[in-house]
Amino acid sequence: MRKYTDKKNVQKKPYHTDRFWVAPQVSKEDVSSDEVFASDLKELQENFNIKDAYIQRGQLVVYINPGENVEVLAFLKEKLKYNFLNELSAIDWLEKSGEFEIFYQMLSTSKKKRLRIKFFIKEKDEIRTVSKLYNSADWAEREMYDMFGVIITGHYYMKRILMPEDWYGHPLRKTYPLHGDEEASWYEIDKIFGKEYRDIIGPENRDSSRVDESDTYNFSRIHHEVPFGEKPSKEVTFTDYQEEGGVFLIKSLKKADSKILEERP
Amino acid sequence: MAQHKINYLSEAGLPVALTTVDKLVQWGRSNSLWPMTYGLACCAIEMMATGASRYDFDRFGTIFRASPRQSDVLIIAGTLTKKHSPFMRRLYDQMTEPKWVISMGSCANTGGMFNTYATVQGADRIIPVDIYLPGCAPRPETLQYALMLLQKKIRKESASRKLKPKRLV
Repeated sequence: MRKYTDKKNVQKKPYHTDRFWVAPQVSKEDVSSDEVFASDLKELQENFNIKDAYIQRGQLVVYINPGENVEVLAFLKEKLKYNFLNELSAIDWLEKSGEFEIFYQMLSTSKKKRLRIKFFIKEKDEIRTVSKLYNSADWAEREMYDMFGVIITGHYYMKRILMPEDWYGHPLRKTYPLHGDEEASWYEIDKIFGKEYRDIIGPENRDSSRVDESDTYNFSRIHHEVPFGEKPSKEVTFTDYQEEGGVFLIKSLKKADSKILEERP
Repeated sequence: MAQHKINYLSEAGLPVALTTVDKLVQWGRSNSLWPMTYGLACCAIEMMATGASRYDFDRFGTIFRASPRQSDVLIIAGTLTKKHSPFMRRLYDQMTEPKWVISMGSCANTGGMFNTYATVQGADRIIPVDIYLPGCAPRPETLQYALMLLQKKIRKESASRKLKPKRLV
């Protein structure tokens, strides 16, 4: 069971203290502790410039040069039998060092081993596509571009995948506001009606629990409905889905005649 | 004076019923509401259940149509994203008058729990809505009740072609 904590003042506390909080890393092990990884790393070191390598949670993590990503992945696929690219994406370190950390999560189904290739790039740097090696990189790279703004060269269809094509900004960056920027908050109004309609529609209401009781145009209380614009009243009005006299040819429900079934028929 | 006054409106009289054109037309309209086959998210599952045999929307003359040209009710069943909003507006525009809109579920009403950059905060920002249906997701009974309330609302309206333009928002 979860440990009990006193929740008396929970509303007063902010949910997140540090916006750029980073979870502490799990312990790193030396590569020599695993035979398969040690031989893989040796082969990689013979062919490429490896900056750092360690084992974390039973997975080999290798830092490479950003320019060599395609060659390293081709080598891993053909020589070292890492035949599966699970995932690739970016991590936003822009606040700390102005860099993105790109990772490729690989799996070898024959060796039953997982390996992660990592490297850092500057914000405006471009990286080459690996979608020609692994088809799974196709959409993942588009998503990386869409969400982080990492520019990828050589991809045959480098367009946004989740957000609309005329969207402004990259939503998964840590600096992107959760409720969207100015452009995002007016997106549908600008697109459908045009910018001049902003004044008519008004800004977004971000408090979804807001009920304005004096506004009888947009809100009505059930059983206390009043005509538009009139002051709210305490008088109870009977609401039913049919008029008092019934509707022509439509059978109306007589509550006295209804019966409750004990079992499903 | 002979006492042979016949009440033509009583059951034994001639088969005559008196009504107004408004009432007749709107009675017809309210009992043949054809919603569009159009679901956005999990509310659409409830909408499908409402259309299927257990809850049976067909009893109300409500048959899902596959084209906006043939339908006169738009049930916004689910989360409306900003990317999708222009298509939703286009489908609404393609529907012929008279047309009504049911906003089904919290997401369509206010954006619901998706208080984020990518979700339209209430479908009424782009489409005038007649009935707001609370719930996440609303049960089929709730959707049926909403449809019945919409039928009642339609029966109150004027059948004239000059329908009052609905206020957006």
